[in-house]
This record gives sequence, C-alpha cells and structure tokens, in this order.
Amino acid sequence: MLTILFDGIAYGMLLFVLASGLAVTLGLMNFVNLAHGAFAMAGGYCTVLLVNRAGVPFFAALPLAFLLSAALGLAAERTLYRHVYAKSHLDQVLFSIGLVFMSVAAVDYTMGSSQVFVELPAWLRGQFSIAGVGIGRYRLMIVVLCGALTIALQAVLTRTRFGSRLRAAVDDARVARGLGIGVDRVFALTFAFGSGLAGLGGALGTEIVGLDPTFPLKFMIYFLIVVTVGGSSSITGPFFASLLLGIGDVAGKYYVPTLGAFAIYTIMIVVLILRPQGLFVRSGAR
Amino acid sequence: MPAALETIALEKHFGGLVASSNVSLRIEPGARHALIGPNGAGKTTLVNLLTGVLAPTSGRILLEGTDITALKPHARVARGLARTFQINQLFAELTPLEAVGLAVSQRLGRGGDWWQPAGARSQVVGEVVDILERFRLADVMHEPTGILPYGRQRLLEIALAVAGAPRVLLLDEPAAGVPEEERHVILDSLDALPSDVAVLLIEHDMDLVFRFARHISVLVNGALFTQGPPEAIARDPRVRQVYLGEGEHV
Amino acid sequence: MSARLPASAVRDGFAARARLHPLEVVFWLAALGTVFLLPGRHLLLTEIAILGLFALSLDLILGYAGIVSLGHAAFFGFGAYAAGLLAKHGLLAEPLLALIVAGLAAGALGFATSFLVLRGSDLTRIMVTLGVALVLREVANRYAWLTGGADGLQGVEMAPLLGRWRFDMFGHTAYCYALCVLFVLFVLARRIVNSPFGLSLQAIRGNPLRAAALGIPVDRRLVAVYTLSAAYAGIAGALLTQTTAFASLSVFDFERSADLLLVLIIGGTGYLYGGLIGAIVFKLMQDYLAYLTPQYWPFWIGLLLVAIVLVGRERVAGWALPLRRLVARLDWRGRPAPAAGE
Repeated sequence: MLTILFDGIAYGMLLFVLASGLAVTLGLMNFVNLAHGAFAMAGGYCTVLLVNRAGVPFFAALPLAFLLSAALGLAAERTLYRHVYAKSHLDQVLFSIGLVFMSVAAVDYTMGSSQVFVELPAWLRGQFSIAGVGIGRYRLMIVVLCGALTIALQAVLTRTRFGSRLRAAVDDARVARGLGIGVDRVFALTFAFGSGLAGLGGALGTEIVGLDPTFPLKFMIYFLIVVTVGGSSSITGPFFASLLLGIGDVAGKYYVPTLGAFAIYTIMIVVLILRPQGLFVRSGAR
Repeated sequence: MPAALETIALEKHFGGLVASSNVSLRIEPGARHALIGPNGAGKTTLVNLLTGVLAPTSGRILLEGTDITALKPHARVARGLARTFQINQLFAELTPLEAVGLAVSQRLGRGGDWWQPAGARSQVVGEVVDILERFRLADVMHEPTGILPYGRQRLLEIALAVAGAPRVLLLDEPAAGVPEEERHVILDSLDALPSDVAVLLIEHDMDLVFRFARHISVLVNGALFTQGPPEAIARDPRVRQVYLGEGEHV
Repeated sequence: MSARLPASAVRDGFAARARLHPLEVVFWLAALGTVFLLPGRHLLLTEIAILGLFALSLDLILGYAGIVSLGHAAFFGFGAYAAGLLAKHGLLAEPLLALIVAGLAAGALGFATSFLVLRGSDLTRIMVTLGVALVLREVANRYAWLTGGADGLQGVEMAPLLGRWRFDMFGHTAYCYALCVLFVLFVLARRIVNSPFGLSLQAIRGNPLRAAALGIPVDRRLVAVYTLSAAYAGIAGALLTQTTAFASLSVFDFERSADLLLVLIIGGTGYLYGGLIGAIVFKLMQDYLAYLTPQYWPFWIGLLLVAIVLVGRERVAGWALPLRRLVARLDWRGRPAPAAGE
C-alpha cells in the first residue's frame, strides 16, 4: 500500500509540474489556456528525439526540453496570446482549442501517431526496496526533482523581486501597472516559464503516462482539475491539489478498478459545486 | 394594522465592517417615506437587504406582516416588493415593449408560458399599453433599450418596477444623472404612483425629498440616526451637522 | 404622444417576433426540395440535419440563456447509446418511439446535471460541462459489456420506421426521417423562444440581477431550458445511431463539442437558424477538407478557430450584417426592425 502512496505522490508531483504553469497563467492573466498541454507535448517529443536519436544524455535533455518549450511559449505569447487577453472566456477557450487542434495535427503529421518511448539510462530503470516497500527508481527521481522545483518556485515567488512583482500583478494588474511594474514583461516571462515547466513535465512524464500526439487532449482535463481544485492564486493550492489527485487517481485505479478514473472527475465536480472558486483560494483573490 | 414593510434589528457585517447596524425601520401602507444620509451610510446596502440580494447577518424583515427574511429575491417580488436600481439595470438588447411585457406577464403568472407569444393574452396587452403610456415610452417601444437616451432609460427603470404592481416600491435615487430638463417627467411619474402603494425613496436631491416625502429617516454609518416629518428633519441641527461634517462628500 | 396607444400596436409588436419571415418559407421549401432533387447526397444531408439539430440544442442554452457549455456531447452521446441499446436488445422496435424515449432519457440527464451550471462563472461552467462529458465517455468505455467499448455498439438493427419504411443504404428514409424530426423540433423551439419563457431567458442572459428583480425565478428557468436542450441533443444523437445503425465512443468526444461551437460561430447564435446554416457550411467545408487532407483536416479547423477569435467574433458576425439587413428588407410587411442580435 505504501508503494501505491509513493506512486501517487510521484504522479501528483508530475501533475503539479505540468499544471503549475497553467495555474499561474490563469491566476495572472485570467486566461483559460487549454493548449497548455501542447507545450508539455513539445517538451516530451524534444526529449525523445534528443535522447533516442541524438544520443544526448537524459539529464542534459531535460533542461533543453524546458528551454524549447519556454521559447515556444514566449513566441506564442508575444505573437498570438496577447491579442486574446481582453476577450471573453469563451473566445479564449475557442482560441486555445484551435491551437490544440493545430498542434495535435502538426505533431501527428511530423512524428506519426503512435506512442513514443524514451530510452532511459540504466540506473533509472527498475526499482529497489526500502524496508519492504517497493520504490521505483524513476519515480523516486521525479519526487526528488519535482520537490526541489516546487521549493525553488516557492522561493522565487516569495523571496525575489520578480516574485513580488508577479504576485502584485496577479492580485491587481491595473494597480501593479500604476506602480511601474512592467506587467506585460511579467506576463511574457511568466508564460514562457510556465510553458517551460510544462515542457519539463512532458519530458518527465513520457515514461510514466506515455506520449503521443493526442497528449494535449487527453491531459487537458487533468490540468483543469488541478487548477480548479487548487485555485489559481497561489502555488501551494495547486501543489496540494495535485497530490490529492495523484494519490486519488492511483489509489482509485488500484483499489476500485472499474471506477478508478471517475475518482478525480467526481472530486472535481464535487469541489466545483461546493466551492466554485477552488478549495485553496485565499479569500479576496480573484 | 401591519406595516407595509418593516425591519427588526437588521444587521449586516462584511467581516469586520458593519454596513448595517440594528436597523429597525417601519414603512406604513401608502407611505411616502424617504431615506437620506451621507455617502457610504449604507442606504443601498439596506435596499439590497430588503430585496434579498444580500442576506442579513441577523434580524428580520416583514412584508405586510409576513416574514420574508428567508425568501429569495424573485419570491419577494412575487409578494409585491419591487425596486429600482441606482445604476440602470436594464436589458440592453430587449425593447421597452418586450421588457415591460415580460414584467407584466411574470406578474400575471404568465411568465412561464412557452407556446404563445406574450401578446396573446389581452390582459397582458392592456397593462402593457397602460404602463407604456404612463411612462411616455410608447414612441420608443420598439427600440433596443441600449440605444435609448439616458432619461428614457431611467423612466423604463421605474416603469419595470411599477409594472410588477407592487405593494411596496423601493426607489434608489430615481433622478440620479437625469438632466434638469427631463427631471419633471420622473417627478410626474412619482406623483402619479397609486396612493395605496408604500414608497421608500432614497435620494440625495433634497428638493425632491422635501417635495415628495411625508416621512423621512436618516441613516448614518449603517444605523438609523433619526426620523420624523420633513419639517422636523429640516430644522434638526444634528442632521445638518451630519451632512456638513462630511463636507467633501456631499 | 397625446393619441392613445392602440392595443393592436402592442399586440403586433409582440407578434412581430414570432411572425414567419418569407425567407424562412424559402429555406424549408428548399430543404424539402433536396429530398427530391438531390437523391445522391442524402447521406451527407442526413449528417447535416443531425448536426443542425445538435447545434440548435446548443443555441437554446448558449444563444438564448447565455450558458457556455463545452460538454454538450454528453447528451448527444447519451441519446445515441440509449437509442442503440433500445434497438439492439429489442426493447423498443419502433424507431420513432425509441427516439422519443432516448430524448427523454437525455433530458433527464440534463435535468440531473443542470444544477452544475446554475452557479459559477463562465469558466466554471466550461470546466464542469467538460468534466461531465469526459466522465460519460469514461463510463461508456468502462462498461464495454454494455456499450461495446472502443469497438462501438455492434449489432444494431433498425426496424422499419412506423412499420412501413425500411432504412435503406442510400439514406433516403434516413434523410426524410431526420428532416421531419428536425422540422418538428425547430417549430417547437421557435414557438418557445418567442414566448414569455423565451423572452425571460434572454433577460436572464442580459441581466440576471434585473431578471430576478422582475420576479423571474432564474434558476427554475435555466433548469428548464437546460433540460430541453439536453433532450434535443439526445434526439440528435439517437438520430445518428438510428440512421447509421452504429454508435461509437466518438459521440462523446471533446472534438464534437468543439466542432459544435465552431458551427454556432459560423452561423451565429440567438436566432435559431444559426445552427442550421452553420451546420451546412461546416459539413460542406469538412467534406471538402477531408477530401483534400484526409488525416489532418483538424489542423485547418483549428486554424479557422484561431483566426476567427483573432479577427473577432463580432467582426465576423458583422460581415453578415449587410446580409441580415437585406433579409430584413425582404420582408415586405414592414415589421419593426429586429433588435441587434449577438
């Protein structure tokens, strides 16, 4: 059972890295970006190509995946997304759906429609036992890496000047602008960073959840659930929401196989009924 | 004889902020009752409490003797409590004809009709004609509300409330923003309100208040400061001080 | 202003909305004409009719009540599988009866989930409706012993319609059936949107606060129209199963809900014909694109969506404005000018 718990934590951490960018974008620009998964997919395929075809070591490919997705995010934000911020939620949804369709078809065209796998280094494969509990090596690596990322993120948000500018812009963009904070630059950098994180998550997730051109569509709902349940005004909310969902999903699928997948959907619907703004929202936040 | 509308120790707190404090207000049947007070006194909050848009922290509200504290806004309207809004709340894409028709149909219990158009019921038609004429909206009845001049919109705002044939009518600054030349139309429509309808008027315009009201309550910082006939209020030095003390707001 | 306002002017004012416009007659006559004049295209036309009905169902809640739903495929799929199971297990042989039952079932599902869309912002509604559709897809996938899972519902055999007309492989019966169902439901929808009930929906969409202040029970009305819309969508899904003798998980696909939004953007919302016109344009476009690039036409759909949003939906709708003015002018009876629609 502890293995299940551990696997759930690993899955939850992965979800967090994937979805954190979306949470910040939503909280920051009040923008529903259903295409977030496309950036994750980009990171995943980049890693697969680098590791499998170009022989780049796995841990060197990860930051490259991050950078590629961040660059894509920055380019998309500057050219396309910024024109859509002021539009209605429905328009934003339609826009990002359009991007999803385009990216899925484009990857299908260039990479083929079958699932791809990444060749892991030998020491990451398999598992070992600690006190009778089976711990997968890869999953352990994810927990460590994502945990470190989370701590770093929290530190950046709370301890750096960029972090306080970001938090100010999230709270009230207009006032932030009035204070001289370059809100547009904050948006662009944050979007790029969030997309980069998604790319990293996609790279890490290839081994655990699989990667194929329909990834953005399949995982759209998971990201939305994390953001819905966790709220979008902090990092801690989505973090705990991701853990809750990761554990719930893995445990659900193991203990109650016929209904396992519904666990997270049901959680989301229940949460939305009871608290339309999310479980972990600071009062007074948007 | 029960009051037309009565509140008993009504309280509203927003966290630490007390917006309404121990408000016990009594509006008699057929009253011409005005509620005045400096900006931020909580007048609109009180109206929102009375109509059910806000839920009170404690206290009760009675409409013609019946406790309506737990009723939702539309249920209170069905029992005869209507209001206008300080900032026009209209349906930009509907025409005055359609909006008034909707209000009248709803009141006559025909709001849920789904097969016939609204004009099929002659009773509805008759009342719509009456309202449109009374509020001088007949010549613009086919225009979308969004393009009407402000004065007309304000008239429609009042017409929609009156169309519900209310027993108690709450008017939140009906003349606000209406240009001087068009004010008299608003005032005429207020004068023409049926005498058995109790009216609570919230206004800043003292001329209008003293012309219209037979009884005035003063609200300061969410609490009832004083109340009485217009002459007494006009002469009360404390009332003048409350207004002049907040000089930059008035 | 001193002359009395005649009651007839008011009555006519209300009736004007509901009055039959000459172009509508042309539209339906043309539709009837396709039955006889385009026999080779009946399969495609059936798809258009079904999509049009599905879009009509979404227009009822989106265009009139202002509820944004990204999961309307849930009701479409529910109706589709209901009809399929009724036929496959011989529970109800008569297709028309089965259609009605499937519609009622979908309506019941709509009623049960309606409370989810009453509260919350557009964003919440988008996510909740999306979630419901995905849950249903998962359910259909899991219960493969019932639904056939990823292989789809096999072995659906349709009895002759009303005991007389067999479903042939050219789609003649199917098209007449679908067209008649569409027409009847359209007439019903048309009466509903021009009634006080329909007017109250538009009031709720425009200003829910004021609607409540008029005494309109907002929640009750929204539940009612959501249930109706779900029933319509369910009937569209049932039609699909009955005319193709097959049901697959794709009826629940997110792409279906997304395509539907595109249909309504193309055709416009809030005047009922938008769904039908949009369906015609969309299906023809899809047919053509699929012919050009069979595997990757979603790319072009996506591009179209992005382009429309960037240009601006109002501007796209504005391109149709001269056409709408022309349509208004073609009514020689001089009805009052239509209010600017969405």
